[in-house]
Amino acid sequence: MANSAEFTVEDLPSGQILRLSGTFVIASIGDVDRGLRDISGPVCEIDISGVTHMDTVGAWLVHRTAKEHDAQITGGPHDAGRLIDAVRGVDQVEVAAKPPISSLYRFLAEVGGGVVVGITTLLQFLGFVGQVVKAFFALLISPYRFRWHAVVQHFDMVGVRALGIVGLMSFLIGIVIAQQGAVQLRQFGAEVLTINLIGRLTLRELGILMTAIMVAGRSGSAFAAQIGTMKITEEIDAMRTIGVVPAEALVVPRVIAAVIMMPLLGIFASLMSIIGGGLLCWIVLDIPPATFVQRLREVTPMTDFWIGMIKAPVFGAIIAMAGCFQGMQVQGNAEQVGLRTTAAVVQAIFLVIVLDAFFAVFFSEIGWD
Amino acid sequence: MNPPNIISVTGLCNSFGDQVVHQDLDIEVRRGEILGVVGGSGTGKSVLMRSIVGLQKPDSGEIRVFGEGMIGKEEDEVTDVRRRWGVLFQGGALFSTLTVAENVQVPLREFYPDFSTELLDEIARYKIFLSGLPPEAAYKYPSELSGGMRKRAGVARALAMDPELLFLDEPTAGLDPIGAAKFDSLTRDLKETLGLTVFLITHDLDTLYSICDRVAVLADQKVIAIGAIEELLAIDHPWINEYFSGPRGRAARRGHNDQSETARAKTQQLGR
Repeated sequence: MANSAEFTVEDLPSGQILRLSGTFVIASIGDVDRGLRDISGPVCEIDISGVTHMDTVGAWLVHRTAKEHDAQITGGPHDAGRLIDAVRGVDQVEVAAKPPISSLYRFLAEVGGGVVVGITTLLQFLGFVGQVVKAFFALLISPYRFRWHAVVQHFDMVGVRALGIVGLMSFLIGIVIAQQGAVQLRQFGAEVLTINLIGRLTLRELGILMTAIMVAGRSGSAFAAQIGTMKITEEIDAMRTIGVVPAEALVVPRVIAAVIMMPLLGIFASLMSIIGGGLLCWIVLDIPPATFVQRLREVTPMTDFWIGMIKAPVFGAIIAMAGCFQGMQVQGNAEQVGLRTTAAVVQAIFLVIVLDAFFAVFFSEIGWD
Repeated sequence: MNPPNIISVTGLCNSFGDQVVHQDLDIEVRRGEILGVVGGSGTGKSVLMRSIVGLQKPDSGEIRVFGEGMIGKEEDEVTDVRRRWGVLFQGGALFSTLTVAENVQVPLREFYPDFSTELLDEIARYKIFLSGLPPEAAYKYPSELSGGMRKRAGVARALAMDPELLFLDEPTAGLDPIGAAKFDSLTRDLKETLGLTVFLITHDLDTLYSICDRVAVLADQKVIAIGAIEELLAIDHPWINEYFSGPRGRAARRGHNDQSETARAKTQQLGR
């Protein structure tokens, strides 16, 4: 199709005549489109007898130009008339153009929309928590409905399969804390306090917090994506019609798995951190493991361990709830699954850190410091 | 210059593991016809279409579309052929993050980046009109459309490049009878106004009777018969007999005969 589309303008006393020639098909139409738009008129006739081949895009151009100038179409191959008639119909179903919206109005609308979404999401989340609590108690009353199988499966996914990455991460963090502590404290000749730093920081704060962030990234996102995909494929609707309560079947097992696995992972993570820190103390500060352990037991109160163990299940519940909630919010298309998964992780980590701050103040106030 | 057969497939073999789907399959699609492809579930109708459009690599055989060999070509080698066909998948396969109008513009933007935005909008508008959708559907996302509207939007996208050849995979499946009948007449209208050749996979007997010029029957890993329905009815093959002379087949034929009789009666009246 090397032929191109061309047109010439012929001036007559009654007006201009456009003579089109060549192939008016989609592949050759790009430049002619601009040329035809620029004609100022008045055009009284469009002669298409020179057109050798035409498709609907060509027909549309001819029709549009003719309509714009109120011109007559003459000549042309037999097919052209049929194609022009086919595209002409679109004018009869003209829709009213939307009125232009001012940028101030759009800004206000966006802010307002954001506020509405924020409030409704909060209310929906409260409703969701209520549903889960209700489902939980319903399961307590009729425990035969409880899905042991699902819970065990999620134990595996959330806990066992996370051991490797959580362990490695905590081990490295232990080394970093010890190394930084040793360097700074050496300036005061207080290297030995590095052990206090490792023991207390790990058990009280970092062990649990880092584990929570890892679980949010690994499992919170997985929950949102799994449930979101089930929502799109109508699996959740199918459950409802069968009479299975999605909160019971999908959410409660995940929340229970996260609540139980978070403290266990937390203990493991703290242990790995302490091993990492101890190793560095042994190598860099020449503190032998036996001394390290003895010193650790002296300076780290048992309350530090309990603080971590109280926080861990709460974080687990928040991560699982945020993941499941966002999954349930998915509607429509595949893009939503991605957006909601991201939202689940961001929300979970944010809530975990906010709560952690509250816990820190609370435990200091009750004298566990 | 133009070969009489738009598609010609010879000796096509397809298999998945031990399961042989096609064995020495031959089929030809002539210019300007609507060819219906029927066959029981699992006889490889969709696999045949996927082989022709290049989504499935056959074990052996030759496939020519517009006279051009399709086997062993890289994806970027046959773009000239690709822009001359349009494909409608079963579920519509619209891009879910784009509106209907944007979906129609995807192939245009890909092949003709120099088109102005106004022209793209105009093209999308009249293609959507041609596919029989209301104009306000242009700004909707696929998730906001019903199943039938999604198929029409899929047709609008398939028509975007003004193809000469249209592949339709079960276009009336899942539509209500009225929607299915409308879709049939849309297919026929498009064929007549735009001069399309249509490769139509279907289970719908009404579609076969009302719009197909020829019908190809897939069974036993090959095309066992191809021709107008009357010719197929004369063939003695258990599956064909069961298909066209089963309760549904008979009902569809009766409906079709009634319709043509009414039409004949009308013309007679007009003639008087």
